[in-house]
Amino acid sequence: MEALGFLYQGLATAMDPSLLLYALLGVALGTMVGVLPGIGPALTVALLLPVTYGLDPAGSLIMFAGIYYGGMYGGSTTSILLNTPGESASIVTAIEGNKMARAGRGGPALATAAIGSFVAGLLATLALALIAPTIVKLALIFGPREYFALMVLAFVTVSAAFGDSALKGLTSLFLGLALGLVGIDGLTGQTRLAFGVPQLLDGIEVTTIAVAMFAIGEALFVAARISGADEKVHQITGAVRMSATDWQRSWKAWLRGTAIGFPIGAMPAGGADIASFLSYGTEKRMSKHPEEFGHGAIEGVAGPEAANNAAAAGTLVPLLTLGLPTTATAAIMLAGFQQFGLQPGPLLFVTAPTLVWGLIASLLIANVMLLVLNLPMIRIWIKLLSIPRHWLYAGILLFATLGTIGVNPSPVELMQLTIFGLLGFGMRVMNYPIAPVVVGLILGPMAEQQLRRALAIAQGDWATLVSTPLSAVLLGLAAVALIVPMVLRAGGKGAALAQIGADND
Amino acid sequence: MSDLDQTKNGRRPFGAAFIIALGLAMLGALLLWQGFTIPDKGGYAGIGSGAAPKAIGTVLLLLALGHVYAGLKGADGPRAHQNWAAVGWIVFGLLLQLLLLRAVGFSLAAALLFACTARAFGYRKFRALPLGFGLALVVYGIFDGLLKLNLPAGLVEHLIFGG
Repeated sequence: MEALGFLYQGLATAMDPSLLLYALLGVALGTMVGVLPGIGPALTVALLLPVTYGLDPAGSLIMFAGIYYGGMYGGSTTSILLNTPGESASIVTAIEGNKMARAGRGGPALATAAIGSFVAGLLATLALALIAPTIVKLALIFGPREYFALMVLAFVTVSAAFGDSALKGLTSLFLGLALGLVGIDGLTGQTRLAFGVPQLLDGIEVTTIAVAMFAIGEALFVAARISGADEKVHQITGAVRMSATDWQRSWKAWLRGTAIGFPIGAMPAGGADIASFLSYGTEKRMSKHPEEFGHGAIEGVAGPEAANNAAAAGTLVPLLTLGLPTTATAAIMLAGFQQFGLQPGPLLFVTAPTLVWGLIASLLIANVMLLVLNLPMIRIWIKLLSIPRHWLYAGILLFATLGTIGVNPSPVELMQLTIFGLLGFGMRVMNYPIAPVVVGLILGPMAEQQLRRALAIAQGDWATLVSTPLSAVLLGLAAVALIVPMVLRAGGKGAALAQIGADND
Repeated sequence: MSDLDQTKNGRRPFGAAFIIALGLAMLGALLLWQGFTIPDKGGYAGIGSGAAPKAIGTVLLLLALGHVYAGLKGADGPRAHQNWAAVGWIVFGLLLQLLLLRAVGFSLAAALLFACTARAFGYRKFRALPLGFGLALVVYGIFDGLLKLNLPAGLVEHLIFGG
C-alpha cells in the first residue's frame, strides 16, 4: 500500500511542532465557531484567509482543515444544548439531541456525538488517504470535457437537487455564476462586466462574498427577527459519558453514519447536511427502538454526527484530487490554496507531496485533539453559549470587516460587503440558499474555461461533450439530479427534499 | 383575470416574486447586453468571451419568467415580521465605518460599527462604544503588529503603537 507509506511520511511532517500548533489553533477555532450559533466553518475560513497571507502555506491549510473538522464537532454541542444548530450539518442532531438534553441525558448525547465524530473522522480520513492516490491516477485521464461534466454535476447537486425549490436553488447558482463573470476572462484577457472600475478587474473576491453573505447577511437576518428572550441553554447534569447500553446502541450507528457520510462527501452529491439527514433516516428505519425517535433516541444523535464528520472528510477527496469544491467551505478552502499559488488537483500530489500528505496526516492528529477538546473540556465551550447575542454579533461584524480592510481597504470592497450583506439577508428572508452563490462564483469561471478548452480541442463540435462514456455518464447524472427532484416536487413529494436542503456549509 | 379568482380563494399572487423577477430580468439583460457588446472572437472553440455572459443572461431571464409564474401561483407563504430598525442600525454602522475609516483610523471606525451592531441587537448603553474601541485596539495590535496586516491607522493608533 503506497498510500500508507505516504501517510507515514506525512505524519512525520505533521509532527513538526509549528504545524501541530497550527492544527491546534484550527481545531480550537473550529470548535468555537461550531459552538457559536450563526457562524460556521465556511465563514471562519473566509475570515481567516486574508489574515494568513503572510503565514506558512502548509500551516495555514492545516489550520483551515482543522476549522472544518472542528466546526463539525462543535456544532453538535449547540444543537444538543440549545436546540439551535451551531452549523447547518447539525440540524438533525438537534431533533433527538435536544430531547435527550431536556430529559437530563445531555451528557450521553454530547459523548456519543463527540466519540461518533472521532470514529467517523478517523475512518474517513484514512479512507481519504487510501482513495486519493487512485483518484489521482484516474484524474490523469480526465480531459477538459470530463472536468466540465463533473462541474456541471456539482452545480446541479449544490443548487437544484435538494432544498425546497429548484427555482430558488438555480437562482442562487446563476447569481453566483453571473458574479463570477466579473473581471478579466482567463482565456482571452477580455475585460467583462467591470464597467471601468479598476477594483473589479480582479473579479469579485470569493472571500468578500462569503464574508458578506455568511457573516453580515446572517447578522442582519438574526437582528431583524429579534424576539426578545435568548433561548434557554440546557445545563449538562452528570458526567459526559455513556453507559454500556449507550455504547451498544451507538457504535453501529457511528459506522453506518460513516459509511453514508464519506461517499456523499466524496462524490459531488451535496455536503454534510445531506449526509446527516440520510443517516438520520437510516437510523430511524433500522432502529430496534423506533418509538424513541422524536423523544431522544441516542442513535439519532450518533449516526448523523458521524455522518457529517465523515462527509467533511469526504469533501476533501474531490477538493484535493480534482480541485473540485462541492461545498461552500471547500470552495473557500480552494481560494485558500490559490492564495498560496497552489492549485489542488492531481498535479499537486506530484509537485507538493509533502504538503498534501502532511495535510492529510495532520487531520488524523486534529481528530485526536478534537476528541480531547470535546470530551473532558466540553464545559469550557458551553460557556461560550452564554455570551449575550449583542456582543457576539458586534464582535462578528468587527472581525468580518477586519479581513477586507486588512487586505484591500478600498471603499469599493467595503461597499461590496454592505451590498452583498443586504443581498444575503434578503436571500435568507426569502429562503434562497447561500451556498450555491459561493460555489457558482468560484466554480463558474473554472467550468467556463474547461468548456471552451474542450470545444477548442474538438474544433467547436459540441458533441465532444458527450463523446466519452465518462463525460456522458456524468452529464446524464446531472440531468437526472436536476429533473427527478422536480418531478418529485410536482408530485407533492417535495417535503422530504425541502428538509434536506443544503444550507450554509 | 385568473389572479383575482385566486385572491377570492385565499391564494393571493405572491408580490415579492415579481420584484425578484424584475431584478433577475434586469441582471439578465445586463449580461446579454455585455455579452453582445464585448468583442467575441470564437477561435477554435467557436465560442469566446461573450458566450458565457450571453448564456448566463439567458438563463437569468428564464429564471425571471419562472418567478413570475411562481408569483402568479402564489406559492410562497407570508413572511415573518422583519425588524427594519435593526437592519438599519447595522447598515448604518457599516457605512459609518466605510466613510470614517481613513479619517479616524481602524479602531475608532470599528468601535462605531461595534456599537451600532450592539444597538441593533437591543443593547442601548453607551458602554458599547468604549468596549468596542478596546477590542478594536487589541485586534489592531495583534493583526497590524504581529500578523503584518496593513490596517489604516488614525491618531490613536499612532499614539499607542507609534505607527
